[in-house]
Amino acid sequence: MAIVELKNVAKNYAQGLVAKGKGDKSSNAVDNFNLVTRDGEFVVLVGPSGCGKSTTMRMIAGLERNTEGAILIDGKDVSQVPPKERDIAMVFQSYALYPHMTVAENMAFSLKLKKRPAAEIKTHVDEAAQTLGIQHLLDRKPRELSGGQRQRVALGRAIVRDPQVFLMDEPLSNLDAKLRVDMRAEIVKLHKRLNVTTFYVTHDQVEAMTMGERIVVMKDGKIQQIDTPINLYEFPANRFVAGFIGNPSMNFLRAKHADGVVSGDGYQLSLDGGHRPAVISRKMVDVWVGIRPEHLRLSDATATNRIQGTVDVVETLGAVTVVQLSVGEHSVTAQLPGHQKVELGDTLTLSCDSDKLHLFDDESELAIGRESTAQPSAAAEV
Amino acid sequence: MRSKRSTNAAMGVLAWIVALLIFFPILWLLLTSFKTEQQAFTVVPNFFFSPTLDSFKAALAQGSGYWHYAWNSALTAIVSTIIGLALAVPAAYAMAFYPNKRTDFLLVWMVSTKFIPAVGVLIPIYLVYSAVGLLDNALGLTLLFTAMNLPIIVWMVYSYFRDIPKDIVEAADIDGASIMQTLFKVVLPLALPGLASTGLLALILAWNESFWSITMTDHSAATLAVYIASFKSAEGLYWAKMSAASVLAIAPIIVLGWFTQRQMVRGLTFGAVK
Amino acid sequence: MKAISRTAPSAEETGARSFARTTRLLMAPAVIFLLIWMLVPLAMTIYYSFQQYNLIMPMYNGFAGLNNFAILLGDPTFWKSLANTLIIVAASLVVTVCLGLALALLFNRTFVGRGVARTLAVAPFFVMPVVTGLIWKNMLFHPVFGLFAWMARQLGLEPVDWLAHYPMLSVVIMITWEWTPFALLVLLTGLQSLPEDQVEAAKLDGASAWQEFRHIVIPHLGQVLYVVVMLESIFFLTSFAEIYTTTGGGPGTATTNLPYYIFQTVFQQNDIGIASAAAIGAVILANIFAIMLIRFIAGNLNAGAAR
Repeated sequence: MAIVELKNVAKNYAQGLVAKGKGDKSSNAVDNFNLVTRDGEFVVLVGPSGCGKSTTMRMIAGLERNTEGAILIDGKDVSQVPPKERDIAMVFQSYALYPHMTVAENMAFSLKLKKRPAAEIKTHVDEAAQTLGIQHLLDRKPRELSGGQRQRVALGRAIVRDPQVFLMDEPLSNLDAKLRVDMRAEIVKLHKRLNVTTFYVTHDQVEAMTMGERIVVMKDGKIQQIDTPINLYEFPANRFVAGFIGNPSMNFLRAKHADGVVSGDGYQLSLDGGHRPAVISRKMVDVWVGIRPEHLRLSDATATNRIQGTVDVVETLGAVTVVQLSVGEHSVTAQLPGHQKVELGDTLTLSCDSDKLHLFDDESELAIGRESTAQPSAAAEV
Repeated sequence: MRSKRSTNAAMGVLAWIVALLIFFPILWLLLTSFKTEQQAFTVVPNFFFSPTLDSFKAALAQGSGYWHYAWNSALTAIVSTIIGLALAVPAAYAMAFYPNKRTDFLLVWMVSTKFIPAVGVLIPIYLVYSAVGLLDNALGLTLLFTAMNLPIIVWMVYSYFRDIPKDIVEAADIDGASIMQTLFKVVLPLALPGLASTGLLALILAWNESFWSITMTDHSAATLAVYIASFKSAEGLYWAKMSAASVLAIAPIIVLGWFTQRQMVRGLTFGAVK
Repeated sequence: MKAISRTAPSAEETGARSFARTTRLLMAPAVIFLLIWMLVPLAMTIYYSFQQYNLIMPMYNGFAGLNNFAILLGDPTFWKSLANTLIIVAASLVVTVCLGLALALLFNRTFVGRGVARTLAVAPFFVMPVVTGLIWKNMLFHPVFGLFAWMARQLGLEPVDWLAHYPMLSVVIMITWEWTPFALLVLLTGLQSLPEDQVEAAKLDGASAWQEFRHIVIPHLGQVLYVVVMLESIFFLTSFAEIYTTTGGGPGTATTNLPYYIFQTVFQQNDIGIASAAAIGAVILANIFAIMLIRFIAGNLNAGAAR
């Protein structure tokens, strides 16, 4: 268990070839990464591929070196420390099990290297195997195991070591959908039980939302927002986070603002106290309006907040019906109750409560008004 | 359908005919080795004869020197292969898993030394060897074989190492293994089949080598290649004996080659063929 | 401020690590060994090529400037040996690759006993070249006791003294016999790695057998063919045993190639200077081929790093 702290951590692959100093900042794979974990926290790094989440994790592991800043584990700067001395365990996307060793040997490998007594190693391995329900597999080789079983062995190899920090690099992405959901819950349970500080990398926002105590959303090597799942959903810091978190994705409408009302071709929405002062005081004209599909509902054409469009696509999922409409130049997705009868080509009027609206600056794309009360750097308890 | 089947059958027959034609010289050598000298040396070839082991007995007899040459061949081939692997494995390991800026250059440089023709370095090596007493010396020849095969060994071992997922080496790194522990406990066990076929190829190339053997040895370090080459002006004498000696010299290698052919192709083509 | 694009980010990365020293130590023995056995002698060869240096006449030894090269370039035997080298390389390459490809296609079909037939067909590649020379010289090419002579007589023809009348053809036949199996082996392995679905897709698209070969098989084999051509050229350039045991470079200089010419200059004329100059020529010739192969390997390295 440990507190992990990343201070201004950056990774520039060109370094060493380009003169140091005024290197092109945009070539940083990770830039200005700051984060302090709680002891035993489960932190998820999420973002599209190439956003730097894996690089960040590999820097924490020591598999790659941070070119700037410092990585501290329990206050000790480990930036120059090789992986094996960092007391971390890692679960790889490919599992990276040693193919020539049995499950038991795989799990015992790190302890054997530390020259622990055989009896102690056996106790640890058996304990971990019990926890993961793989006692019956201990004598098998990795190639005789299913994907889910390999996944468990990889987890087992990590927990046997009783490390200060767990690192998991997309550990579930090679599993089929059903197994993935099961393992998700199992990893969360395992974390609750072991209470070891864990970093978890994924590109799947659903995984991030369901597993993370805190989520770091990254894009192009930069942190977009660090917050609890619910705060990310309710108070996205910018348009990217708003669009990335939530499924189906948030709708964005390019709107003109006048007197607390934002409108455009086919829609008109009035702002409430959360947005109105900020927008009016900044004399804003062009804004982005964000509306989550699940916050849209059918209404009549006279509603104050209304969006009108024609139906292009109807997806009947049973529990819900997802509808795509053309609203002026925009395409708007709405998630309606499952029993709703909607036909292609229908003209629908949708409405949305003003307190569910999100506004983003036209240029910076940062959220306007209604910000999360929690400071990103402070660990927010849910 | 019927015509397709008969085409297939015809092609099969053709393939067998071609295979037998290609193999025929070896078969003929084998047959000759079971003849007496009189049967071997005839204007009308003897296809049917009662086989005898006389030629083998003559070839292996005391005073024929066969065992002397065979011992030199085995010694130089095996030792040069072991030295070659011992030099190449660490280098290939470093280049495959801990590369740096110079890695590409070093690898290409090492492989390119294979393309310095032997005659390009023959003269200085001959002069230096004769000055330091390595001429007609098993150690001197062994080291030449090592140098001759080292680029190919590095090349093949490197390509086998590259087939090991980097994740596994990183996992060992995180599990606390040192660079050498990772090599011995993870990388070598995984690359063992590849190393074996690399070793076999090096062994085959060294065993069959003739240029260095002929130029650098005379008698005391001479290999089977030198011994068999000495039959070149025999003009009809000792054909059966020569055949028997040749069969003994090539049989183990052909068998080894059959075992390792597929792995060998993969390594030699730098993984272009899986 | 142009960033040089490196092969693999992680390569760059780990290189900066503290164990750079360890990896240097791991590479050092192999590098040093090759330096001593290959590069130092090569440098000495270059040095000798500018020296008047004859083992029999040491009194005339000394700096020769470009004299050795002048003598060499004026020696018709050198030119003949250079031409012979190129003829051997070119002819053997063409025959082994074409024949190897045809045989690979033949052996890629399913037939009874394919494994055994293939094993027989690749065997010559593993035969010691010295033995190859003797088999062909004594048992096949021999004008009186050879099988070819016997077959000619059976057909009522005059037996041919192959090594005397068609020396170059005979050498090429021997080399081809040894190396066609190699081409067959590599190309067959290449063919067998051709994804089944590609062939099926082509068949569904209505490709004829020739179109399938031309547009699917050949592109797939491209890289493999390249390796065969390059490796074979390197070995063909240095052919020695087949010539040494059969023709001895003759008749006259008909089959004297560059290695054999140098061998004779050193061991029969004891002229180190001229032989060294000729060796430089051999190195240059080999380099022309090597450069092509190295470009291939370098390209392969980059492709591998991008995986």
